[in-house]
Amino acid sequence: MLEKALVGGKRYWTWVFFLLAVVGIGFITYLQQFKLGLGITGLSRDVSWGLYIGQFTFLVGVAASAVMLVIPYYLHDFKKFGKIVILGEFLAVSAVTMCILFIFVDMGQPMRIMNVVLHPTPNSIMFWDSVVLGGYLTLNIIIGWATLHADKKGTKPASWVKPLIYLSIPWAVSIHTVTAFLYAGLPGRHFWLSAIMAARFLASAFAGGPALLIILALIVRKFTKFDPGREPIQAIGKIVTYAMIANVFFLLLEVFTAVYSSIPGHTHPFKYLYLGLEGHAKLVPLMWTSSILAIVSLVLLIFPSIRRNESMLALACIALFVSLWIDKGFGLIIGGFVPNMFEKVTEYWPTLPETIITISVWAVGFLVLTILYKVAVSVREETAGIELEH
Amino acid sequence: MSMDRREFLKIAGFSTIGIGVGWILSRPGEFLEASQFLQTKELLKAKQWAMVVDMRRFKTEEDYRKVIDACHKIHNVPDFGNPKDEIKWIWADTFEHAFPGQENEFMPESMKHKPFILLCNHCENPPCVRVCPTKATFKRKDGITMQDLHRCIGCRYCMAACPFGARSFNYRDPRPAIKEPNPEYPTRMIGVVEKCTFCEERLAKGQIPACVEASNGALTFGDIADPNSEVRRLLNTNYTIRRKAELGTRPVVYYILDIPTSVVSGGESNA
Repeated sequence: MLEKALVGGKRYWTWVFFLLAVVGIGFITYLQQFKLGLGITGLSRDVSWGLYIGQFTFLVGVAASAVMLVIPYYLHDFKKFGKIVILGEFLAVSAVTMCILFIFVDMGQPMRIMNVVLHPTPNSIMFWDSVVLGGYLTLNIIIGWATLHADKKGTKPASWVKPLIYLSIPWAVSIHTVTAFLYAGLPGRHFWLSAIMAARFLASAFAGGPALLIILALIVRKFTKFDPGREPIQAIGKIVTYAMIANVFFLLLEVFTAVYSSIPGHTHPFKYLYLGLEGHAKLVPLMWTSSILAIVSLVLLIFPSIRRNESMLALACIALFVSLWIDKGFGLIIGGFVPNMFEKVTEYWPTLPETIITISVWAVGFLVLTILYKVAVSVREETAGIELEH
Repeated sequence: MSMDRREFLKIAGFSTIGIGVGWILSRPGEFLEASQFLQTKELLKAKQWAMVVDMRRFKTEEDYRKVIDACHKIHNVPDFGNPKDEIKWIWADTFEHAFPGQENEFMPESMKHKPFILLCNHCENPPCVRVCPTKATFKRKDGITMQDLHRCIGCRYCMAACPFGARSFNYRDPRPAIKEPNPEYPTRMIGVVEKCTFCEERLAKGQIPACVEASNGALTFGDIADPNSEVRRLLNTNYTIRRKAELGTRPVVYYILDIPTSVVSGGESNA
């Protein structure tokens, strides 16, 4: 089926080559980082994780979101997701690929990455994160490919796929829970030391990932003959709405605990992020942009009459996605390091090479996504009109 | 006997798992205590090494410099001249930064601005060891928290986990930033985390840590599990504090505070 990715119009190839060019520039920049070390990034002794790990954290959420389609479709027999569920599974493949790449580019000694496998360390959450991410990637590739293959032949997927699909549901929850545990169990990092961290991660994942999926579904409809359908998009819109309400609520719970308790260690990161601390306020405009976009998206989503309008829904999803990207892909990580363990403020801002590498990892993700979607859409276009039974 | 594709895949799959398990079982060396690899005759032994920092004995800038230089020189600690890429094994910082949350605005001025000697606390329950995904950070039997520079993948999870900022990362090639390299001790490469190791290389030769030797008695090193040790004597006869003891990492670096003599004598005259 992969050969379908080799047949395409001018627009398709322009897009593919554009992505390849971005990947190429990023690769050259990465070689520079490989040679000179992570010193070319904005990271320091005090803020030892930054943009790369932030993107990894955010994209784990995007990956986990496929389950928001898989659960209704396979568990509750919500037939309308039949055509769109494959888009969710392939989005997960692309997101996990980016996650793994972001971990890779963040490592000081990437050539030693196999040490994680050669010296398995069950007490390290990072070990479990690599296990669950690798497993989730494999699951989604197998499930996506098998179901698509069945679609192509107009038959039901083989019976061995079903157990894998059911396994993928708790697995999706686990990838985000484990990623939250990377942060939540560290002594002395007040901003992360919160039992609600995993819940926050899941809520933001189930809002951000499906929001991206809506945007992608609308793009697919606009540029191909494959229409995922109005109803499934509206149904996902509802999922996004509830998940975002939960996400904002959880964030407010964190703010309450920190501010009302007045414990300095707990309030300082919030002050740094939203108000500035000791004259340092680099992230303040960004965090408020995130908050305002979150409110905008909620207003657009909560009122059914607005949400039913597809262009308003698209707008809401874009606002929501950017809001969560700032909050989780940047603020959450930096807030854990600022102020540092000495209650001193060392600020962080990504450098140009760091930004180029980050963009190019996203380009790899979009390339994987484009190729997988091209295959899925081509199959769909061939079988247009046939209602699928899984 | 013919074998269909399904059968072949089944056998191939199981053999792969078998080889993997066999390979892990054939490497018992992996599970040896790491402290065993430097067993020399002169090795200083302890159940739990610990240090007492007597802040009363740090008076001049020279007192601090001697201690810090002794460590950084013999261990080839690079100096990049900027805080971003900074590497430090032992350093000095104010009470407020060393003991956040314990400072108050009315504490003696002399203490408020007095730099405290800071280093890895070699915690009994170290979070850095717990989080390391490759066992590059590990705990020796004698309580020393070690860093295997050849296994470290540079993920910096230990830096996020350490509540004492005791770990440094080689963001750049350290070698050009070492002023007078000591050929007796290895230099490091980019992309690995490093830290104080209580001079395990000196303990192996029967010597005490370099900072302790250079401190003129301000630093005391010994076995905290031995009731007759000098560190225990100091802990018995002085009031000591530890950094962030409330986090439960059980640091083994203890501080005797420098209470201004005027305050002490004032108290006596009122008695």
